[in-house]
Amino acid sequence: MGVIETRNVTYTYPGAAKPSIVDVSLNIEKGEFTLITGPSGCGKTTICRCFNGLIPHFYQGEMKGETIVAGLNVSEHPIYELAKHVGLVFQNPENQLFALSVEKDVAFGLENLGVPREEMRKRVDWALNLTEMYDLRERAPSELSGGQQQRVAIASVLAMQPEVVILDEPTSFLDPLSAKKIFEVIRDLNRKLGITVVLVEHRLDLTARYADHIIVMDEGKVALDGDPHEILRSEEARLIGIGIPKATRLYQILKKDGLKLGNTIPLSSEEMASMLTEALKDG
Amino acid sequence: MIVVKDVHFTYPNGIEALKGISLTVQNGEFVAIMGQNGAGKTTLVKQFNGLLKPTKGTVLVDDVGTTKVSVATLARNVGFVFQNPDHQLFSESVEEEIAFALRNFGFKETVTKKRVTWALNLLGLTQYRKTSPFMLSGGERKRVALASILAWNPRILILDEPTIGQDYQQKEKLRQFILQMRTQRKTVIIVTHDVEFVAECNPRVLLMRDGQIIADGEATETLTDTEVLTKASIVPPQIAQIFLHLPNMKLPKNVIDVYEAREILLKTLERKSK
Repeated sequence: MGVIETRNVTYTYPGAAKPSIVDVSLNIEKGEFTLITGPSGCGKTTICRCFNGLIPHFYQGEMKGETIVAGLNVSEHPIYELAKHVGLVFQNPENQLFALSVEKDVAFGLENLGVPREEMRKRVDWALNLTEMYDLRERAPSELSGGQQQRVAIASVLAMQPEVVILDEPTSFLDPLSAKKIFEVIRDLNRKLGITVVLVEHRLDLTARYADHIIVMDEGKVALDGDPHEILRSEEARLIGIGIPKATRLYQILKKDGLKLGNTIPLSSEEMASMLTEALKDG
Repeated sequence: MIVVKDVHFTYPNGIEALKGISLTVQNGEFVAIMGQNGAGKTTLVKQFNGLLKPTKGTVLVDDVGTTKVSVATLARNVGFVFQNPDHQLFSESVEEEIAFALRNFGFKETVTKKRVTWALNLLGLTQYRKTSPFMLSGGERKRVALASILAWNPRILILDEPTIGQDYQQKEKLRQFILQMRTQRKTVIIVTHDVEFVAECNPRVLLMRDGQIIADGEATETLTDTEVLTKASIVPPQIAQIFLHLPNMKLPKNVIDVYEAREILLKTLERKSK
């Protein structure tokens, strides 16, 4: 059984005319880096709220089906208990930060878990260094820029070192180089500590290369689910309108032109460049 | 036309966000402002609609200094869509949100209705007409914020991070819309980190770092200049990255478009096979 499993989950927000997610069944294995993507309003954020119990505990509404995370049925366990296993970085960092200093925000979750002081200090500093926020640790989060707030939100989840980290467009306010660095930090934690990562993103140009598993949602349903190379190769993915990385797009166009290129579809510019280098050599 | 002359700006907390900016944006131009977090991009565009006034130097919008007129007067001509839609939205329904400014500007109720319908349709929000903006997804709220500004048809449009939370199709619609604005001689200025979007739109690009403009030119030039991009904390678009990685075979380095890349590569391979 995966670390996250949903069985036929359908959920309707209070007052909404129709469900935001419909009959979603998916399975995410421990240690995987999973990318969830799909058109705006397709239910990506809603499914993430199921993974940490915000649905059904915080958002009322009507839920059918089951979500099992780290062996716990989220309907039967309160949010604070789930929080030991699952950390969620929200789309909008302002919804997450509230303490008077960056440091206190990052320490908050650890205090709640009753982590000893020494250990807490160590983990807070570690998370602040990873996200390059250590020098700003005494500033008030409300005074920071959107990008800096996103770093704090990420740090406060990483400090908890949960088994599963869910990130909902976590770097949208960051400049491209900073975003790339953050994704690399997350990738390293995924590889070295075996933390399961679920990332919600539209920008596959930046993120497809990190994924072991891609789930494409469309109109509240799981439309595609599988290996990144297979998914990005598929005609369905293009039709749903997900942003195929430009390197992948160029590969597809050149293949259609009859160019001899390798069969593994590239997900990054480096992969595409080395394929083209081969082709240009052989010519 | 916007004319910025040696503008400096210091926030009340002493942070000097703009350090001598000079710049002219002609009517009908499409400009993308990019650069590091904290480089001063948002501070700069807030000068254009008078939300912030220069500490030193002048900003002229259509020949009038921004210190001489109120933000309300400027707003009629300069529409500003914030980075975070939650800083902007407050109404009970999407429809009310879009109608709000129109009523404030004194449009007749029949015109207001027409404009609201037009904006809802343009941004694919018609089905949410009666919905509370706060029930919508992040990407959808962003589009409501945009619709509420577009509805009053300002001559200069400033969009702070318009592509956040938008999927590929929404971005394509936005691109088409900006092109349409340009044909009407309207000015569009975007602040963005979305390199791929900029590569597809091919606007004039300004790169900022530490309160200054460090590059100003065509996207094909600025987005392929690795030295200046690194300074601005920008990663080149994927197509440019591919060409930067390719061995030196007299291939051009300033390519950002997929179809241009295809033509160059096919020609090169054809030449080689002869």
